[in-house]
Amino acid sequence: MMRDVLTVMWKEWRDMPILRGGLKGGIVGQVIFIGILGVFLPYTTGREFVTSGMTVFIAAWGPFVMTMSLSADAFAGERERHTLESLLASRLSDRAIMFGKIGTIVCYAWGLTILMLLLGLATVNIVHGHGKLLMYPTAIAIGSPLIALLISTLLSSLGVIVSLKAATVRQAAQTLSLIFVLVILVPMLGMVLPKAWIARLWNWVGRVGLSGVIATVVGVLFILDVVVLAIAAAKFKRSRLILE
Amino acid sequence: MADPAIRLEGVTRDFGAVRAVDDLSLEVPAGIVFGFLGPNGSGKTTTIRLLLGLLEPTKGRAQVMGLDCVRQSEEIRTKSGALLEHTGLYERMTAHDNLEYYARIWQLPDSDRKARVRELLTDAGLWDRRKDIVQGWSRGMKQKLAIARVLIHRPSMIFLDEPTAGLDPVAAAELREHLAELATREGATIFLTTHNLSEAERLCSQVAVIRKGKLLAAGKPETLRAGDGGAKAEVIGTGFSDVLLDAMRARPEVASIQASDGRLLIDLNGEASLAPLVSLMVKAGADIEEVCRVRASLEEAFMTLMEEGE
Repeated sequence: MMRDVLTVMWKEWRDMPILRGGLKGGIVGQVIFIGILGVFLPYTTGREFVTSGMTVFIAAWGPFVMTMSLSADAFAGERERHTLESLLASRLSDRAIMFGKIGTIVCYAWGLTILMLLLGLATVNIVHGHGKLLMYPTAIAIGSPLIALLISTLLSSLGVIVSLKAATVRQAAQTLSLIFVLVILVPMLGMVLPKAWIARLWNWVGRVGLSGVIATVVGVLFILDVVVLAIAAAKFKRSRLILE
Repeated sequence: MADPAIRLEGVTRDFGAVRAVDDLSLEVPAGIVFGFLGPNGSGKTTTIRLLLGLLEPTKGRAQVMGLDCVRQSEEIRTKSGALLEHTGLYERMTAHDNLEYYARIWQLPDSDRKARVRELLTDAGLWDRRKDIVQGWSRGMKQKLAIARVLIHRPSMIFLDEPTAGLDPVAAAELREHLAELATREGATIFLTTHNLSEAERLCSQVAVIRKGKLLAAGKPETLRAGDGGAKAEVIGTGFSDVLLDAMRARPEVASIQASDGRLLIDLNGEASLAPLVSLMVKAGADIEEVCRVRASLEEAFMTLMEEGE
């Protein structure tokens, strides 16, 4: 099974760099994105970039943006480009195909997020370190990569579920972007929630601290990951994929 | 007697109210090229999907190489190669990487993988184009590459769903030649669906005809041709009087005669000899220029079966 997963990942890597507008276009787009979150943001934020929860934001936001288009292309793209049926007629198991594709997306999004966090640390040290080595606090150093990993897994698993119903990559991407919009709307909940609830929330944050918040987010994301991944695995069946 | 490569027993597949395959029973001997003929929408592709275990039958049982298509579908896919409705090529990847991917899927050892990819690309005349992205290729080249991909793991069972569909006549003829060579060289059982009857006639040692999911006939192409009203003869000449035609119609060798403008088309009963009829015509004063036996084509047999199935 592991060998088959790695085989699917081998193909996904080969098929990925020229995904959007060719190799150069793809790299330029990624460099700009990494440059903004990994260099420009820490440069303008200063030392607080390391100590505040901003890195957690990057760890969540980075994979969010990178995973969506990739997961739409990886699953609905196979159907749209008529390569799915030949793949399903091969000896690969349903699980190997699914985990191979999810694994590639997760490795890609997680790897780039880690790169952004390391670049951010380097930028802050070079520009604002004044000869002193600045490091992420332990909670952020452990929590941020974990959050990035869990969000990448969550979104690529959602990508599987959405892609099963989508006839085209565009349709899958549109559905996945609705999730994006919903997440953007979450902070606005603060305006409609009763003030007592908000106060209680801040109270809790003050009591548990940054490490407590990170641990809770990791816990919730982990449960969501397990549930969504299980649903995706249950739905990703040959007979269903042929008929959809 | 050796076990058949494919055995279908009363297989039915419904899609809602539509019955795509209807009580299909069929045996395909191992090691031959078998043609599965039928018009568009007759259930050919559904049958292949059932045999590969991509779909489950609503009723009945199917086996490939002695393996059950529902319970052992993974083993069937491991031992088979399939070129389905579309080539299934990754068009953003090179020809080499397309084959390399499927060689990895079938877990060919590193040394064999490289040699096999080279061998198949060379055989298909595509070695010099191995580094090309497939996207810009002609349909004929893509189809050849897709067939090479099907053969990468030396399967003992090969499914080809309309392999020459959409190709121009030259490319189709080239591909047919390529397939005929492969059938001899690889020694696998080839299950080929087509609605191109001359293709089936040239490539297949046995055929089956399907219409609206139902099996209409199965056997060797010559048996199917013989089923189309038996042997025929054509006579060209002059002096075919009504008296002569009546006398000929009375002969036991003759089933029927159509006369038109110096030409007789005679339907013979079985493989009857033509000599007594020629003798009769000469004695009656007919001036005969040419006599020849006419073989019914598979196409004529197919059309007859389609009409009977209406």
